[in-house]
Amino acid sequence: MATKTAIKNTSASTSKRLDVKKTYKIYIDGKFPRTESGRFYALKDTSGNVIANVCRGSRKDLRDAVVSNRKAQNDWSKRSAYNKAQILYRIAETLEGRKAQFIDTMMKEGYKESNAKAEVEAAIDLLVYYAGWSDKYIQVFSSVNPVESSHFNFSYPEPTGIVNVICPQNLALLGIISHAAPVIIGGNTCTLVVAEKHPLTAIEFAEVIHASDLPGGVINIITGYRKEFIAHASSHMDVNAIIYSDVDQEQRKTIQINAALNVKRVVDYSKEEALSPYRIMSCQEIKTTWHPIGI
Amino acid sequence: MKKSSAKGGLKFDTKWSYAPAPETPDHIQLKEKYDLFINGKFTAPSSKKYFDTINPATEKKIASVADANAADVDKAVTAARTAQQKVWSKISAAERGKYIYRIARVMQEKARELAIIESIDGGKPIRESRDIDVPLAAAHFFYYAGWADKLEYAFPGKKPAPLGVAGQIIPWNFPLLMAAWKIAPALAAGNTVVLKPAETTPLTALKLAEILQEADLPPGVVNIITGAGATGAAIVNHPGIDKIAFTGSTDVGKIIQKALAGTDKKYTLELGGKAANIIFEDAAIDQAVEGIVNGIFFNQGHVCCAGSRLFVQEGIAKEVIRKLKDRIQTLIVGDPLDKNTDIGAINSKAQLNKIKSLVQIGIKEGGECWQSDCDVPSKGFWFRPTLFTNVAQSSTIVQEEIFGPVLAIQTFRTVEEVIEKANNTPYGLSGGVWTDKGSKVFKVSSKLRAGVIWANTYNKFDPTSPFGGYKESGVGREGGLHGLSPYLKMY
Repeated sequence: MATKTAIKNTSASTSKRLDVKKTYKIYIDGKFPRTESGRFYALKDTSGNVIANVCRGSRKDLRDAVVSNRKAQNDWSKRSAYNKAQILYRIAETLEGRKAQFIDTMMKEGYKESNAKAEVEAAIDLLVYYAGWSDKYIQVFSSVNPVESSHFNFSYPEPTGIVNVICPQNLALLGIISHAAPVIIGGNTCTLVVAEKHPLTAIEFAEVIHASDLPGGVINIITGYRKEFIAHASSHMDVNAIIYSDVDQEQRKTIQINAALNVKRVVDYSKEEALSPYRIMSCQEIKTTWHPIGI
Repeated sequence: MKKSSAKGGLKFDTKWSYAPAPETPDHIQLKEKYDLFINGKFTAPSSKKYFDTINPATEKKIASVADANAADVDKAVTAARTAQQKVWSKISAAERGKYIYRIARVMQEKARELAIIESIDGGKPIRESRDIDVPLAAAHFFYYAGWADKLEYAFPGKKPAPLGVAGQIIPWNFPLLMAAWKIAPALAAGNTVVLKPAETTPLTALKLAEILQEADLPPGVVNIITGAGATGAAIVNHPGIDKIAFTGSTDVGKIIQKALAGTDKKYTLELGGKAANIIFEDAAIDQAVEGIVNGIFFNQGHVCCAGSRLFVQEGIAKEVIRKLKDRIQTLIVGDPLDKNTDIGAINSKAQLNKIKSLVQIGIKEGGECWQSDCDVPSKGFWFRPTLFTNVAQSSTIVQEEIFGPVLAIQTFRTVEEVIEKANNTPYGLSGGVWTDKGSKVFKVSSKLRAGVIWANTYNKFDPTSPFGGYKESGVGREGGLHGLSPYLKMY
């Protein structure tokens, strides 16, 4: 009865009801903390109205995220290919159920409805595509090597480790999925620095992965100003690779210089199509094992 | 230094004498002076400067070698570019392959000469240059030759094309073999090459240049220029280079990676290592001891993938160390040209000083140092095989690559513990696992963060087998199918 009354009361005063506004926080280690820095930036719609105060993430957030990536990496890389595939597929399923929500949010961030719909659908399909690669790329890119001596010798890909990703600025959802799916299906963990103009989509996507059995720390998502992250993301000594696709020439140079500090793999995803297992391979290491044949 | 003795059986504390069995160097053909090999001809350097290459076993000069400056590098790159555009990309892939086969064949014909020169110039025992370096180098050419006309089958969904001109900088530990690792895949993929051998070991690369002439390789397809770090830097920074392939130290690798920042040059880096060689209680101990010796004393320990950190499971530590010392006492250090020699000369005075200083640091930090008491010649650069016990993960000699015949020994109790210790290094090139249990081999080999794992064996190489590191041990692979892609653009 009480519920009924509550609904009645609300519907009776529809015109005056105050919206519950959402606080958008960052996503680290399977949790939604505020940025450690306490800073924010105001996200505005096309007419200049403030839609949300978004976390302006800091170097410390990135460091926390990398610690969580490292903690999660061993377990994630040990998961079976079948299990990883099912989790990616599960993310696609969850996203499919929230299509309307994402279209709505992307429109708030300036998308036309038709473009938002097309992008959400493409993003879902891309997740399914990479889910399917999980138990196949190792077969395609491995080899048994016919060495001259009496040894059994084989080579197969293993995850590079921890990957920092500078997500593209102009694709709210597809930018995240096209950059994160190949990385995590390959057994890596990653921290995403997401598009400045599309933080709401990014954090709502964090809610999707949070509800899809992806272990905490496999994908961390930080919002903020790209220019503040370029140097830190590329110089962190416990990060094994860095991916970008639309940074400017100066930022690219900074990333490449810093990468040399610990011989990070530097990957430009704009050079590889979104539907390509070579995106997965760019954050893989080939391991070769020798064993004598004999008694 | 303590002497060891075995109970019963072989008496290792008696002097074993071997009659010298030196390889005769009288048939080798070396010039007194070598110019730069540019556009198919030996050309005097613009710098007009030459430097000496010496025999590290005698400290005597062997030949003078041209010191290429930036102008020479530019000439070589121009020759390579012209050859790539006008010749090498125009002939059919099958013909390209046939040139590479020819190179392999001439190398085989001249194997003995190459092996002797390699040992004279670099100090490695003739047994190794004869049985490993030279045959493997020829095999690399033979393997990649066959890829030249099969590239479209190598990478599913991709159309491969050459990158253009590859600048290749190689180290002094496997001079001819590294030249082969670099040149063979580059040519098969349709690129042309500017190669710089290390300044202490230029001679076999220059002999290779003569072989290329003999094989009628079109001028400019491979250019071989000599010099030190400045020459290498000029290659790295030359705008006409499309790809850098470097093998050497992690320090220099980082400088190169940084220098290439902001350019479109591709790169592969094969850098340093500090490999864990792990011996479990259920291993075949005598085989493991041989593997430890091969792991660290092969090529005087001048090996990036050397098993320089030994981890022995606690229960067998005493036995393994005793057997290891007995075995090390039998190793013969001396004349690289003598077929009895196990450990040759340290490659250079600078490297000898580096090894000595790291060993001093090891002692200062509390490590217990044991050395073989074998004789060493009075002239030349020598270092006795050396073991350290009582060292910790934090010890300098456990963390830093020594690149000499120095082994740091630690013990462990559990599989998890040794995996943690083995991976506790910025390097990740190689590792060894010794156990009779198959499931343990697969568990440990899959957990080691390193590019090459030898299980119940060590220091094996093959042209079909990809080689290269994780983490700070480098980027990319050399050898096998996986060694081709760094030389190709993929569409």
